[in-house]
Amino acid sequence: MKVVLPELGEGIESATVSYWFFQKGEKVNEKDDLVELTTDKATFNLPSPCAGTLTEVFFEEGSTVNIGETLAIID
Amino acid sequence: MEFEIFDLGQVGFGKAWRFQKDIFRIVQSDLFRHVLVLCRHDPVITVGRRNVNKNIKVPRKELRKKRISVYEIERGGDVTYHGPGQITAYPVFNLNYIKKDIHFFLRSLEGLAMDFFRGFGIKADRREGLTGVWVDNRKIASVGIAVRNWITFHGMSLNIKKTDLDNFSLIRPCGMDIQMTSLETQLKNELDIDKVNAAFKEKCREFWGGPWRGPR
Repeated sequence: MKVVLPELGEGIESATVSYWFFQKGEKVNEKDDLVELTTDKATFNLPSPCAGTLTEVFFEEGSTVNIGETLAIID
Repeated sequence: MEFEIFDLGQVGFGKAWRFQKDIFRIVQSDLFRHVLVLCRHDPVITVGRRNVNKNIKVPRKELRKKRISVYEIERGGDVTYHGPGQITAYPVFNLNYIKKDIHFFLRSLEGLAMDFFRGFGIKADRREGLTGVWVDNRKIASVGIAVRNWITFHGMSLNIKKTDLDNFSLIRPCGMDIQMTSLETQLKNELDIDKVNAAFKEKCREFWGGPWRGPR
């Protein structure tokens, strides 16, 4: 399953990856905190949408991600 | 909107931080839907996720001498200072019941501060592209939040007493070369922080107590 950066609010077009709670190859549970992202004055978490293995991570910490882009894949 | 208020009075940052996290768990469990934590901090510098320690301009040794603690925390934004002459508001609000929009919530916090300062005859405003509340080009309220599963924590601090402003010179607030101001500075008048705090509490009840008010 693709992990996509969802809509965060009006006028927010992107966010920066600040911390991955899991690394590629690790197992995650549904609703586990997967990644923390930051906008100018807010941090927020993205929980895992399903249980599985984190098979792909497309954005390293410090990278900017646009709304709607795929951050990772969980199989 | 209904919400509980807990006023911790003057308190060390660590204690208030732990309390806030406990409240977060309570809100997450739906025991309370929304809680506002108010306090005034013992002198402390906090560094947000932008985590640029270079924006603390003096060595830690000097901060220790001044009895100023430093915490790296999970809110957004850069470095800021908190002291007993500020009112700090930590809304632990469940945005799932309000509106899942981070900017909307940030603008609501600013709207509250603007309304509050206007009650003292001070025209405080937003500045394009900058979070926080400003009187001309001086910042009077700083904002930085964290959101987990659409529940907010951390929040906003309002500069009330002019005595705390000197300590902002120890840092580059928000990573910028900006000047801070306070309500006392603007009014050119000494204020009783307890009375101002009571007025702020009333303003919060008025501002958020009815139907939800977002940006103005």
